[in-house]
Amino acid sequence: MTLFLQIALDGILNGMLYAIVALGLTLIWGVMDVINFAHGEFLMIAMYVSYWLGFLMNIDPLVSWVASSVFVFLLAFVTYKLMVSHLVGKPALSALLATFGLSMFLKNLCLNRFSPNFKLLPVTVLSGKTIPVGSLILSLPQLVIAVFSLAVIFIVYRFIASTRMGWAIQATAMDKEAAELMGIDTEKIYGLVFGLGGACVGIAGGLLPTYMPVHPEVGSLFGLIAFICVAMGGFGSITGSLFASLLVGLVEAFAGFYIAPIFKYVAVFALYLVIVMLKPKGLFGW
Amino acid sequence: MADPILKVTDVCAGYGGVPVLHGISLEVCEGELVAIVGANGAGKTTTMRTIAGLMRPTRGSVEFYEEDVTGLPAHVMVKKGLTYVPEGRRLFQKLSVRENLELGAFTERNRDVIEERLARVYDLFPILKERSDQKAETMSGGEQQMLAIARGLMSAPKLILLDELSLGLQPSLVERVLRAVTEIRRFNVTVLMVEQRVLEALEIADRGYVIQSGRVVMSGPSGQLLNSEEVKRAYLGI
Ligand SMILES: Nc1ncnc2c1ncn2[C@@H]1O[C@H](COP(=O)(O)OP(=O)(O)OP(=O)(O)O)[C@@H](O)[C@H]1O
Ligand SMILES: [Mg+2]
Repeated sequence: MTLFLQIALDGILNGMLYAIVALGLTLIWGVMDVINFAHGEFLMIAMYVSYWLGFLMNIDPLVSWVASSVFVFLLAFVTYKLMVSHLVGKPALSALLATFGLSMFLKNLCLNRFSPNFKLLPVTVLSGKTIPVGSLILSLPQLVIAVFSLAVIFIVYRFIASTRMGWAIQATAMDKEAAELMGIDTEKIYGLVFGLGGACVGIAGGLLPTYMPVHPEVGSLFGLIAFICVAMGGFGSITGSLFASLLVGLVEAFAGFYIAPIFKYVAVFALYLVIVMLKPKGLFGW
Repeated sequence: MADPILKVTDVCAGYGGVPVLHGISLEVCEGELVAIVGANGAGKTTTMRTIAGLMRPTRGSVEFYEEDVTGLPAHVMVKKGLTYVPEGRRLFQKLSVRENLELGAFTERNRDVIEERLARVYDLFPILKERSDQKAETMSGGEQQMLAIARGLMSAPKLILLDELSLGLQPSLVERVLRAVTEIRRFNVTVLMVEQRVLEALEIADRGYVIQSGRVVMSGPSGQLLNSEEVKRAYLGI
């Protein structure tokens, strides 16, 4: 029983990590109908920022996540201005292919600059720390990310539901032209949302080096899983992708333990296939 | 005639390189109710969209209160006091009546001013007050059209553009909605409206423009247009 609970706990913690990564993706899709294929690479970039700030300047990820997040916000904002802004409203494939190109560029840039080697910060405040809860063991770095994830999702949700800017975002998502006729600068909203999506994944990437090594390929799998969470949850639904992320985390953990570690993603993708076949619009899709 | 507040000069526009407007010129003066009439596909909506800033003209100019506003985006035009109530209403269907109205006043930050405007549009369309918590999509066609007009008024425009208010409405509602147009003049707002229902539109308008294939083919006081042989033959079927 303890083992079962431990696996469930690990699954949930991992699911919360997926949730904050998926949040940015679902936000961008929900408002702009754009799939950001470079989302995983934004995570990777944030991890490098965090890693280098820790390695060169001894700034702990617990502090430097702010910088990672701001950095990726700016990266995403510039990506929007230079590239995506010309492609919104065009067939979804054009933005997808363009951001795919960007993901390749970022990956290869890091490969070239930082080598393919895994880099892990040797000591951080959180490294290796655990909290015993009864007979279970909570990994502190993972717990911290899970708490951040929950907090960020809550804040983003509240921001969209109850601020003036949030209303402008909602209106833009519902009908861009009608929003413009209300006096909303939808171009500004798009830039903000794309940046915000980057900032969310930037927070995750900023904290991850507390337990995960960074390398140029690290974002690929996260990007893919985030995409699955968003699609399974119902594109654009924040609660949907949170729910799907937890599901993915749990399935991954149980399949990895009870079947075989190499089988865990097979199980995740199988789950994805079954769900999109039964509910093509996702669990919370309309 | 007084100085026009809106002056459209020789505007050409189109979609994806296909020209639709071939040099439209028109003027609207303070306090007027002007109607643009014409058949399906004549370019009435395109004219409105170009004035409202949803499209850029490929040639020509738009002046609003003697300022050149050619090519300014729609959200800027709203701040300048020109609001477009689009064809097909384009309400935020999943939001309530009240939320739609609040979004209409997006450019205004002062809560008291917004409440005051709300009271005024509720006064104009009492049905909206009764239904204020109802989702826009659950309203009838006529009610939705009133909501669209009210939402446009919430920005307190100096000039409001109304596009095809009668679209998809049964005759009794057409009358009700067009009566509403005459009533909104109480708001000291100037009205430029587009209608396919030539007779009804010209009956309430001060002046009219007849558009055909992207060109103004006739213009003048409504009475004069209603009596002209061409209009009678082409649009009124008399
Ligand atoms: N989005 C678009 N893309 C391409 N062509 C368009 C588009 N919208 C309108 N058109 C074309 O432009 C021409 C003028 O259309 P417009 O909508 O301005 O006419 P209208 O006078 O408003 O007609 P209606 O009375 O049917 O609303 C038509 O030939 C139409 O097919
Ligand atoms: Mg039209």
